[in-house]
Amino acid sequence: MTDSNSISLNQVSKWYPSHKAVSDVDLFVPEGCLMALVGHNGAGKTTLMKLILGLIRPTAGNLTILGKDPCDRDAFNRREGIGFLPENVSFEPNMTGRELIRFYARLKHESDKRCFELMETVGLGAAIDRRLKTYSKGMKQRLGLAQALLGKPRVLLLDEPTSGLDPAARHQFYDIIRDLRREGVTILLCSHVLTELEAQTDAVTVMNSGRVVASGSLEQLRERAGLPLNIRITVKEGMADKIASPLRKHQAQITRLNGRHLELECPPQAKMLLLRHLGELGSIVEDIELSNSSLDQLYAVFSTRKEA
Amino acid sequence: MNAIWTIAGKEFKDALRNRWILAATALLALLALSLAFVGTAPVGSVRASMMQVTVISLASLSVFLVPLIALMLSYDTIVGDIERGSMLLLMTYPVSRWQLIFGKFLGHSFILSLATIVGYGSAGVLIAASAESTSAQDWAAFAGLIGSTVLLGSAFISLGYLLSVVVKERATAIGLAVAVWLFFVLLYDMAVLGILVVDQGETLKADLVNLLLLFNPADSFRLLNLTGFDSTAALSGMSSIAGRAILPPWFALAALNAWIMIPFTISGFLFSRREL
Repeated sequence: MTDSNSISLNQVSKWYPSHKAVSDVDLFVPEGCLMALVGHNGAGKTTLMKLILGLIRPTAGNLTILGKDPCDRDAFNRREGIGFLPENVSFEPNMTGRELIRFYARLKHESDKRCFELMETVGLGAAIDRRLKTYSKGMKQRLGLAQALLGKPRVLLLDEPTSGLDPAARHQFYDIIRDLRREGVTILLCSHVLTELEAQTDAVTVMNSGRVVASGSLEQLRERAGLPLNIRITVKEGMADKIASPLRKHQAQITRLNGRHLELECPPQAKMLLLRHLGELGSIVEDIELSNSSLDQLYAVFSTRKEA
Repeated sequence: MNAIWTIAGKEFKDALRNRWILAATALLALLALSLAFVGTAPVGSVRASMMQVTVISLASLSVFLVPLIALMLSYDTIVGDIERGSMLLLMTYPVSRWQLIFGKFLGHSFILSLATIVGYGSAGVLIAASAESTSAQDWAAFAGLIGSTVLLGSAFISLGYLLSVVVKERATAIGLAVAVWLFFVLLYDMAVLGILVVDQGETLKADLVNLLLLFNPADSFRLLNLTGFDSTAALSGMSSIAGRAILPPWFALAALNAWIMIPFTISGFLFSRREL
């Protein structure tokens, strides 16, 4: 509950008569941090975002955003510092991009000039005078992002920001995120497409059926998941069998083997020992590829576990 | 305050863009003109000004049409935005729920007022141009009609808002809107009439009947237009009721205003507590 957390949730629960959307969630997002919130559909991610935004009240527990309760009386005065991109939003189809962004800009006391700049930033500068019904899903998503960036937000909540974006637009999106992080904006992001995020996330929280099942940096999660490391070795023709047997002694498990290639898995803690051994083999080994378990794999491990 | 105007402006521009205003204005103008030029034809030798006859027939028809237009304009304003997801987004902006609903209400009543004033007003000007003479009293009655139509429309917009915050789905809202329209425009009067027939004037006196009419915005509107002005009262055949009535016109006026404010306040209150 210190001031360095832009968002903090303390044992927050949200129960509806029909189901428990979120139960006993602890979540702390330090200022300037990019946290990825991952989980199945219906894991409670969107509910969590609504709670943080003060759109719904928690059944139990307390939470703050920028140090204040989002359901406060004058909470809406502080909303200028918060940007939100909802998962599904359908804008008035007969409005043009310019009309829509100006409407939102006025509500956030943002100048017209700045909102046209933002449209350029998200790559909609050329389409600004087109009606929204002619926009593709990706364009609508980018328009949603542009409105979230209005008013220089200090906290951004992005719900599935990359859905519908083609690879080029996705990279543009990551560039925008990188710039925002440089400015110290705190970002909480829900996403299904995880691997591309890895390079940028500071922390990951995995949710499953309304509970946080794992939270921490990628390294911490990897360690806790105990997923084996994948190593792919290329050796001189016909030498694969020869080196396979000594490798087994180093806790390695051979998963694939043919004349020149070996694929094996080993526990993370056995990595260095194994590499040293491979080094001793000299010129027999031509290439080594290491791959850490990806966010996707981690997600698969944690989301099937009930409790961390 | 700024946010309220921004919201109201958006509602207005939306209605302008999707030709809502154009359609409603054209409909009201057409109605007024056809009543004026077709409806007054059989007046014959009765000495009545064209304007006043038009006011009476328009008032009787406005009671059916304007509530329908108002309800169609307003029934999905909250629930529709929630379903589309734009409400969720808007509520993360520095806009309070009261500001939002009030801004929407301002926008919607302005849309309906504009359609009424332009639609009926243009018809009024045409009538005045083609009639032999139009007295100040005629104009007053016509202005009264326009003003009370705006109030009637606003009252039903307000009722539409109430529907819109109470229901969970748009489909329910449209069903309820039709039910509300039927109830206030047709069933309520039939019920009152039925009671009167059964009662044979034993317990229900004229003033009580008048009071009952105030509990319906459509009847308050009728009362205001058909009895509010002496000249129209005589023409409409309401003078028998109005003559015995103890209620002065401002009762009907106050009732109409209450029908605007009370449902709106309740909807604002419910909306500010609703979870999105």
